[in-house]
Amino acid sequence: MSVVQTGKQIVRPYGDTTGDGMVQVSFTLPVTHDKRAEGAAVQLANKMGIDPAMVVHAKPMGDGFTFFVVYGRVNHLVDLGAVQVVERDFALLSAKDVNTVIKQRLRRKLSVVGACIGTDAHTVGIDAILNVKGIAGEKGLEYYRELKVTNMGAQVSVPELVETARAEKADAVLVSQVVTQRDAHLHNTREMSAAFREAMPAGRRPLLIVGGPRFDETMTDELGVDRIFGRGTTPGEVASYLVHALITQRKAMA
Amino acid sequence: MTGKLDLDPVLVARARELARRAGQPVVDLARSHTTVSVERAVLRLAGVTGADPDGIPWVNRLVDAVAADVGLGHGVAVPVFDALVREGSTDVTLLAQKAAAGSVRFTQPTGRAATAARSAARKAVGAGIRRIDRRRAERDRLVKRHGDPAQRPWIYLIVATGDIYEDIPQAQAAARAGADVIAVIRSTGQSLLDYVPEGATREGFAGTYATQENFRLMRAALDESSKEVGRYVRLTNYASGLCMPEMATLAGLERLDMMLNDSMYGILFRDINPVRTFVDQRFSRQVHARAGIIINTGEDNYLTTADAVDEAHTVTVSQLLNEFFAHEAGLADWQLGLGHAFEINPEVPESFRLELAHALLARELFPDAPLKWMPPTKHMTGDVFRGNLLDGFFNLAGALTGQGILLVGMMTEAVVTPWLSDRDIALQNVRYVLGAAGGLHEDFVPAPGGFIRRRANQVLGEALDLLDRIGEQTLLTAIAEGTFGIMKRPADRGKGLSGVAAHEADYCNPATDILEAAA
Repeated sequence: MSVVQTGKQIVRPYGDTTGDGMVQVSFTLPVTHDKRAEGAAVQLANKMGIDPAMVVHAKPMGDGFTFFVVYGRVNHLVDLGAVQVVERDFALLSAKDVNTVIKQRLRRKLSVVGACIGTDAHTVGIDAILNVKGIAGEKGLEYYRELKVTNMGAQVSVPELVETARAEKADAVLVSQVVTQRDAHLHNTREMSAAFREAMPAGRRPLLIVGGPRFDETMTDELGVDRIFGRGTTPGEVASYLVHALITQRKAMA
Repeated sequence: MTGKLDLDPVLVARARELARRAGQPVVDLARSHTTVSVERAVLRLAGVTGADPDGIPWVNRLVDAVAADVGLGHGVAVPVFDALVREGSTDVTLLAQKAAAGSVRFTQPTGRAATAARSAARKAVGAGIRRIDRRRAERDRLVKRHGDPAQRPWIYLIVATGDIYEDIPQAQAAARAGADVIAVIRSTGQSLLDYVPEGATREGFAGTYATQENFRLMRAALDESSKEVGRYVRLTNYASGLCMPEMATLAGLERLDMMLNDSMYGILFRDINPVRTFVDQRFSRQVHARAGIIINTGEDNYLTTADAVDEAHTVTVSQLLNEFFAHEAGLADWQLGLGHAFEINPEVPESFRLELAHALLARELFPDAPLKWMPPTKHMTGDVFRGNLLDGFFNLAGALTGQGILLVGMMTEAVVTPWLSDRDIALQNVRYVLGAAGGLHEDFVPAPGGFIRRRANQVLGEALDLLDRIGEQTLLTAIAEGTFGIMKRPADRGKGLSGVAAHEADYCNPATDILEAAA
């Protein structure tokens, strides 16, 4: 993983003219709709840096709530040079290339074990990556001839996952976490990585990968995993990363 | 058949016959097995209530104690009431407490003792079923007093904060804003608990625990709302997961009005053992039939994992199977909220026409069932503006094809659990579409030989092919091989298998006896 920094470059939001700083926000205040409520909405918008703020829509909702849509100009500047993101640091390969690299350089099938851990019952993420069906027209990892995929499904306990990873001689473990209430995704991920650290020595541990729509991709060290994939990740990206991390990069370092 | 799609009645009849043929072996299996949850439901009807200090319900402790002494295959009713007669007591909960403390031994009586136990059990369980009957009569009275919603489809809205005391004001606000049906989503993971939690609960993950007390509190709150808004506001929960029969029973006892109750959902999406599911499902549907509860089936879920165009026929097949299982268990057509969903990728050319074809096919195949129309989830991207448009088209498809129950789609699906404003905007969307085009189904007759008719007939044809293939193997094999929702679920695997037992020759379940005698 490499954190990419670009040079200093200032931008502002764009409405219809460069530099106009225009944004649109919507929110609810727990107050009955009247003049004062609209004033309160303007005050909030001002504090958010929107000045002038235009309340273009205010609608009472039930008892004592009002919904607002506000347009206005923000006075904040964005420095693109100070933005930190995880850029893809591996080549995107086709399914055919992934298979070829595994076959020629690993000379056995690459074993992947996937699961949703904890009480999370949302298999949509892990299935999108693993099921043949895949997502957005891209086939899942089960489709890759040289990958041996074990999809354990939903609500898998961490000990079960570690046991299966051991039995399947997993090269990589993929964990999906969709439910984020009370930071369940972070607790579960830490529990999982700790269990693998405890159960297997450093060199023998599978690559640990978590994915889900609400992860911060820069938190790998904090969570004790090798890679985090966020919203919109495709099976091809995961497969390419597996090849990169387990074969190409490893050989290069050896 | 209203004939908007020109479906061949011979093919439709054949589809039903094939569904019957596929389903019958599963019914036979269900009739010859019992489960811990079925037995616990019987005890709940017989009056066992409450939980031990660790929160484990007394029904669990009692069933475990009986199973340890005589096994599950006779049914627990006779050994339990035999012990009660011997103790000279009528308090089954007290017996459960003693059994948990190890001070009661259970035996399977014979002769006169068996007759006495059987009669005592039937009396106690009969009293529980009469309570369900009274709740049903009460619903009929309230519906008469407050009235049904003015429009079809009924507007179905979800609340789920995890805290029942937070859910209540939200549900009441939703009713005021136009919701006809309130569903309280369960806490993630409850489906895999092999017991029903007790009491009012204030903590849950992505949902609120289904407990008898939570049911009671919410129903009482919605009774107030019904009075206020001048229409009977219905309440929904989930008869699914490992405690399906108990959930159905508690729903009947607390006058819930609808229950999610799919024949295969637990198998496919929760990896619950298929035999356990089918046994539990038959009992829970018998209870729902008696309680006047409308079931909602879960076909929409297949389309969240499988492709909504390629796999459209699996929805039809599942609807036919759900219908067969439901009728067999005594449910009437008006109680069949068969599920389907608006899940075709909006980038697919003619996606809306395809949706109309599928929705109308369900309408025409099941003219007397309310049909539960589920909104887009899979292709909600986080672009809330596009999501709101997609929900508008979903609502329009519901109006055009005469759906019975419309689950309100949220443009923030996959982003956050719905905010107050999300719900308000979503309801505004529904109100606009139903207000502007609510009666359009009268005018909407797809052109003969046109795209929609051709597509509907094609899906029916594919459904027949699949039913043929299932008939050649068995339904259990088809499930094992991943026919539905691409999940492979063999009959000897999955959660809850250890709680299944084959009937002994003297198996006795007074609840089933009473429910089947009435059917």
